Amino acid sequence: MVFVSTHQLDARRLLCPMPVIRVQDAIAALTPGEVLEVTCTDPGALNDVPAWCRINGHRILATVQQDEEIVIRIEVGDGND
Amino acid sequence: MSEQRKAVALISGGLDSLLAARVLQEQGVHVEGINFFTGFCVEGHTHAIRKQDKDKPKRNNALWVAEQLGIKLHIVDVIEEYKDVLLNPKHGYGQNMNPCLDCKGFMVRKAHEWIEANGFDFIVTGEVIGQRPMSQRKETMPVIQRESGAGDRLLRPLCAKNLPATLPEREGWVDRERLYDFSGRSRKPQMALANQFGFTDYAQPAGGCCFLTDKSYSDKLVDMWQHRPGRDYQLDDIMLLKVGRHLRPAPNYKVIIGREEGENKFLEGYRNQFVHLRIASHKGPLALIDGEISEADVEIAARVAARFSQGRDAEAVDVEVSYTDGQQKTLQVAPMQLDAIPQEWYL
Repeated sequence: MVFVSTHQLDARRLLCPMPVIRVQDAIAALTPGEVLEVTCTDPGALNDVPAWCRINGHRILATVQQDEEIVIRIEVGDGND
Repeated sequence: MSEQRKAVALISGGLDSLLAARVLQEQGVHVEGINFFTGFCVEGHTHAIRKQDKDKPKRNNALWVAEQLGIKLHIVDVIEEYKDVLLNPKHGYGQNMNPCLDCKGFMVRKAHEWIEANGFDFIVTGEVIGQRPMSQRKETMPVIQRESGAGDRLLRPLCAKNLPATLPEREGWVDRERLYDFSGRSRKPQMALANQFGFTDYAQPAGGCCFLTDKSYSDKLVDMWQHRPGRDYQLDDIMLLKVGRHLRPAPNYKVIIGREEGENKFLEGYRNQFVHLRIASHKGPLALIDGEISEADVEIAARVAARFSQGRDAEAVDVEVSYTDGQQKTLQVAPMQLDAIPQEWYL
């Protein structure tokens, strides 16, 4: 079994594009295969974080929306070079 | 085989930068995008605050453009550094508080630092001579090149033929003959080129991509500066200027009143930082009081907030006042009549 570390990022109360910038900065410090879980409250993150991930080569594993909070799990891809 | 050259394109999310980047891609240049977030950008989801705008598309156009082009996009937070651009613009302001020429020079300078740090060869912008009255004139093009430090590593593919050849052209990294000579405010050449490239959906050019070009926003910004000891600001300050109805009953304070549910929710996020008012007896807005206040000021603010509640015609409205130290009290106030609110209170 491969252990994959999950990193947490709190981007609540930030309006886009700040959650995207925080995700970008967090991912810059991670290696391919690692997972970042970001919590946001701006509904714009539902579009922007996946869009940023697509163009930069990272994969969305799951998006969960509960009440006001949106949790997006991202697997860092090879585009992180 | 010659080495593939690399360019970073300033991507605002509008049509011009989309086209400029695509022109370079057509010539085999590796292009990545860069986008700077100053805090004043209209892009992003300021509109998402307002519930009534919920049905509007919430895409970030810079990301969308990058996706159309199939390029990476680097979004850079320049909020802190941008303060000096706004507070001390060497070339002054435009019609409102927009320091467009200094802003462009700043962004190109940041892009220049970025290409040096990342091993890229040159910078691309979607500028067109004559497109904007302050920053995109024939005389300002060399100013931006010089003051940014980018010099002739700055290429404007849409109007390059109207300008002296830059390094990428002279070195043959790009073919000058396949660049363009657009000028003026007409959008027709850009639309024709968009059509040629097969772009049918793109952000329509509007009043710019920055709140500083907006009169109402600029007025509120100037008011904020006039009523504070200094002009320094934080992101929260400039975000709050985008939201709600702002009224200043006296020099020592102003009241920010949510205009609808989305704005009330947004203002809720600030309730620990400000004395805030909630209409208890009727449906109504959340209001923040920004400034040092007396109890008489609180009462006036409560009467103003009550005016914008469903109890506006009632004889009395209960307003819950919450202080930053956690104390609360309820005031019973008569809503201020609309004609009793002086026009000059509205910012």
